Amino acid sequence: MSNRGPVSKSMTREDATFARLVQLAVSTEDETPREKVNLARRRLIQKAAFGLLWLSGIAAVVILLSVVGYVVVQGIQVLNLEFLTTPPAGGLAASDVGGMSTTIISTVYLVFWTIVIAAPLGVMAAIYLVEYAEEVEGGTGLIPAIVSVVRFAVEILAGVPSIIYGLFGYALFVSAVALGWSFSLRSAAVTGAFLVLPVIIRASEEAIKAVPRSYRQASLALGATKWQTAWKVVLPAAAPGIITGIVLSVGRVVSETAVFFVTFGGTVRAPDTVFDLTSPGRSMALHVYYLAMETRAFDKAMGTGAVLILTIILINLLINVVTRRLTAKLKGR
Amino acid sequence: MRRIIDTGIRYVLFLSALASVFIVFLILLFTLREALPAFREIGVIPMLTGTVWRPQQDKLGILSMVAGSVLVTLGSVALGVPLALGGAIFLAEVAPQVVREVVRPAVELLAGIPSVVYGLFGMVVLVPAIRNTFSVPGNSGFNLFSASIVLAVMVLPTITNIAEDAIRAVPSDFKQGSLALGATHWQTIVHVTLPAARSGIIAAIILGVGRALGETMAMIMVIGNSIRMPRPLGGNPLTLFLSQARTLTGNIAVEIKYATGLHEDALFATGVVLFVLIMVVNASARFVIQRGGAE
Repeated sequence: MSNRGPVSKSMTREDATFARLVQLAVSTEDETPREKVNLARRRLIQKAAFGLLWLSGIAAVVILLSVVGYVVVQGIQVLNLEFLTTPPAGGLAASDVGGMSTTIISTVYLVFWTIVIAAPLGVMAAIYLVEYAEEVEGGTGLIPAIVSVVRFAVEILAGVPSIIYGLFGYALFVSAVALGWSFSLRSAAVTGAFLVLPVIIRASEEAIKAVPRSYRQASLALGATKWQTAWKVVLPAAAPGIITGIVLSVGRVVSETAVFFVTFGGTVRAPDTVFDLTSPGRSMALHVYYLAMETRAFDKAMGTGAVLILTIILINLLINVVTRRLTAKLKGR
Repeated sequence: MRRIIDTGIRYVLFLSALASVFIVFLILLFTLREALPAFREIGVIPMLTGTVWRPQQDKLGILSMVAGSVLVTLGSVALGVPLALGGAIFLAEVAPQVVREVVRPAVELLAGIPSVVYGLFGMVVLVPAIRNTFSVPGNSGFNLFSASIVLAVMVLPTITNIAEDAIRAVPSDFKQGSLALGATHWQTIVHVTLPAARSGIIAAIILGVGRALGETMAMIMVIGNSIRMPRPLGGNPLTLFLSQARTLTGNIAVEIKYATGLHEDALFATGVVLFVLIMVVNASARFVIQRGGAE
């Protein structure tokens, strides 16, 4: 199998594949007398190989079940209405008593603001990139250059690890060097919004691209302007895909820890209301971290972790429903 | 009137698109600005090659963290890649529809589980198991090996998803040609499908490496966070992985909240090093994909 004689670098992919096929044919051609043995041997190898492949497929399920199963089974032992509705008691050190109510509230506030900031920005950017940038792309001049820079920037943002966002949010918002917002809901929310912005842009772009060209042509032919077309025709048609991107971002914010560890503060008291932007707080994911690392209250950490996992499963189900409805709709066309 | 609104909106949308560029610019500006004093005062080379991290004495070498990040990434690749690629081939080529509909959501969900939950599971289940399995003096269970296992699970979905797409993208006439010549399905996979999907598979692994280098909280929870250079605990060089370590990401997260002065600058410099590392990794993935597409 290591003999790649006829395959050279200068070949096209098709040619290289064809050469390999010929090689295969030649290597099996002269085995007619021992054909049966050969075939049996090849089948045996295939069986062994497929066995290993099955194992790795099953492994993914087993790993998932053991992590999720362990955390949920352990967590359910402390999970009850009281745990969900009591705030964690005390400060950092004493948070092994009490429940997790304020962390749920903090998480909801955090999700609200990140989405309020990131969703409009991301969707508008996606509309521009698909509906408006197409007509200038490929041309020369300032605007096409800027559009390709934007695409590059989105790609970079998607690859930046979350702790870098955290570091940047810490420098720009938290520390006194720039804005001096200290650890607060607003520091965390804006940094979190930056984190999910590429997710929303990419999902929305895909969704908008998938809207058939004929929709736009019909609308434009009726005398609608470009924006009217985008707003009244393209966006509604792309809505399920855009919503999927937003729900995905909600999941990302709920599970993110590193960013909020260095921007949200970690106090067990939640902000008073969703508009109490200057107060610090502690999301559910942060609560798991503090319980495990600072107070070693593993039972409560498991309880919070179980709630976290169930939230994520719910979000995944939601995405599946939306996607399925979308594909059903597309097939109906 | 409608025309005026249309033009106005065009500019608003344009500005929203520019936001991404602005954010990248801000990230670079703030991280670099804070990191520069450290690079200037300590020097880039002494910082990258220094093995002593003692902020109180302004000794700020990050080589042991670079080593920690690289070693745990290698460990996770060694453990995770065979499983991830096996899973990808399985999903794309072998699995019956029913099984696929169970395995694929499982992989998706693995990607969605928060990293603190992996960290917690690692602390409670994996760390004691590793501590009890390898009776080497100094093995606390919080070490590179535990971290590699956790990280392997975390990069598995990334690699599996991208590799499966690459395998699926191989034209079916390639496979049919091979099967028609009497090759078994497995021979077809090895000699035709995988070579044809090569660039996508390599890109999948590289992107997995990028993901591994960036992981923070789960690493803090299981790797021990020792600032010392990882070294073998016993005679066997493999006991290197039983050594405690600290990743670049962990170094930032653990210390940034109380660091001041040069110490804080050095943490930003750690961020710059991490950023450059990951950009190089992601750029090479893009390069591999583009070259594969041009072939």
